[in-house]
Amino acid sequence: MVDKYSVFSVLREALRGHTGWRPAWRDASPVGAYDVIIVGGGGHGLATAYYLAKNHQRMRIAVVEKGWLGNGSIGRNTTIIRSNYLLPGNAPFYEFSMKLWEGLEQDINYNAMVSQRGVLNIIHSDAQRDAYARRGNSMRLHGIDAELLDLAALRAKVPYLDYENARFPIQGALLQRRGGTVRHDAVAWGYARAADRLGVDIIQNCEVTGIKTENGKAIGVETTRGYIPGKKIGLACAGNSSRVAAMAGISLPIESHALQAFVSESIKPLIDNVITFGAGHFYISQSDKGGLVFGGDIDGYNSYASRGNLPTIEDVCEGGMALMPMLGRARLVRHWGGIMDMTMDGSPIIDKSPVENLYLNAGWCYGGFKATPASGWCFAHLIARDEPHEVATAYRLDRFAKGYVIDEKGVGASPNLH
Amino acid sequence: MRIVCPHCGERGLQEFLYHGDATVTRPRDGGAEPTPEWTDYVYLRDNPNGAHRELWYHNAGCHAWLVVTRNLRTHEITAVETAHDVALGRLS
Ligand SMILES: Cc1cc2nc3c(=O)[nH]c(=O)nc-3n(C[C@H](O)[C@H](O)[C@H](O)COP(=O)(O)OP(=O)(O)OC[C@H]3O[C@@H](n4cnc5c(N)ncnc54)[C@H](O)[C@@H]3O)c2cc1C
Ligand SMILES: [Zn+2]
Repeated sequence: MVDKYSVFSVLREALRGHTGWRPAWRDASPVGAYDVIIVGGGGHGLATAYYLAKNHQRMRIAVVEKGWLGNGSIGRNTTIIRSNYLLPGNAPFYEFSMKLWEGLEQDINYNAMVSQRGVLNIIHSDAQRDAYARRGNSMRLHGIDAELLDLAALRAKVPYLDYENARFPIQGALLQRRGGTVRHDAVAWGYARAADRLGVDIIQNCEVTGIKTENGKAIGVETTRGYIPGKKIGLACAGNSSRVAAMAGISLPIESHALQAFVSESIKPLIDNVITFGAGHFYISQSDKGGLVFGGDIDGYNSYASRGNLPTIEDVCEGGMALMPMLGRARLVRHWGGIMDMTMDGSPIIDKSPVENLYLNAGWCYGGFKATPASGWCFAHLIARDEPHEVATAYRLDRFAKGYVIDEKGVGASPNLH
Repeated sequence: MRIVCPHCGERGLQEFLYHGDATVTRPRDGGAEPTPEWTDYVYLRDNPNGAHRELWYHNAGCHAWLVVTRNLRTHEITAVETAHDVALGRLS
């Protein structure tokens, strides 16, 4: 059992020269059979394990992770959270996630640096103003905060954008004040520690290589650390969902794609919101260390290589320069890529799989970080009770066959365009 | 990444547009009811962690559709054929 973190523990350790801190979670090995095995120790897998242990009946739970905890997209994303969705299947789910973020740090006793600094979507044309007004109205109908800022209000808030740009004129913005950023890897560590405190075994360096079935039911997983029997198995292998589902003979409406992220050298505080460019794909915020954290489009073709190519870097930087030319003065110090499940409609899947006792959490595209708490909560609900949580009923696997796709962007079955 | 177009030679990625898995084949038109074959064709993909045959369009070049065989882990390209030739090959 790990100590509770508090002001007193920080003071105590300050006086003891920080000699008393203990590892935040046990480095567990597989032991015997489990009631639930979660495959994938990213944000969603760890959150699922935590909410399973916290919200449901007593169970033996394991999370098996092929690498180290947090090696995947949970530790690679640009940390933006928001619930500014338009469609009915999405809005209640992402708002539920936002509410969980708001209470997360107290709940898991971990500082995840949840910062509701506001997300500004910049508007560049009349049509875009109409679209954002509609989105804002739809959000408000769902009880989500949204404000449409006119040019004067936006200028007062962020004076440093290129308001003279003739090609991409700025008209205003849609603002969600409750949106913002969260320290991404702290989310993985915080959930891991909280799950561990409730008895969950977190087993790292343990790659699932096969899913064992008997009479059409999943009964355990083959791993690089041996066979692990489990009554229920939940897949949360963002980026690799197709590969792992294929082990059980399941084909998914998913392509794996690379998304890159970029960080500049540290500068003095400049950007105190998240800002997105509406005439291209570019988003930016500033970390507490001072680095400008930004990104844009996915590379656009299937990839399992956790790195991207130069044309996308150029495209992202062009978007940034069109919005705030001063960016050109900052040096880019780091960039990296992560692999994501891109679905055919741009929305995720939280559902039972065609194989009994095998559950699926997949298809988070490039927006799954903000979903982490709700995804874990709803996936735990599904696994424990065998029925979907009320805010996740639209995320069915059979929606593609039945024509109930949730296509926020309206681009059809082209994963690289969502 | 650069693609060697059979017509134009080696060109940068920015000249091409991507259109995904080249191995799915369009079913014959059935009735008005959706069939599993159509669902497979429109939505399901193998998404392998290795060799992948995929469609690229030479947008800023000869406007040919190409079938490129590329390793999804290393991005190494091992073959480029025109989609035209691939389709003719399917017929024969
Ligand atoms: C560059 C970038 C920027 C992003 N920016 C944002 C953003 O600003 N806002 C936002 O909301 N979202 C963002 N996302 C998307 C978000 O990060 C992902 O959708 C989300 O993290 C995916 O869920 P996860 O955390 O569970 O994934 P991961 O952390 O990738 O977890 C999946 C885990 O499964 C493990 N695994 C895979 N196969 C196996 C196996 N066979 N056996 C055992 N374990 C296995 C992997 O090792 C990995 O740890 C971004 C993504 C990237 C790459
Ligand atoms: Zn050509």
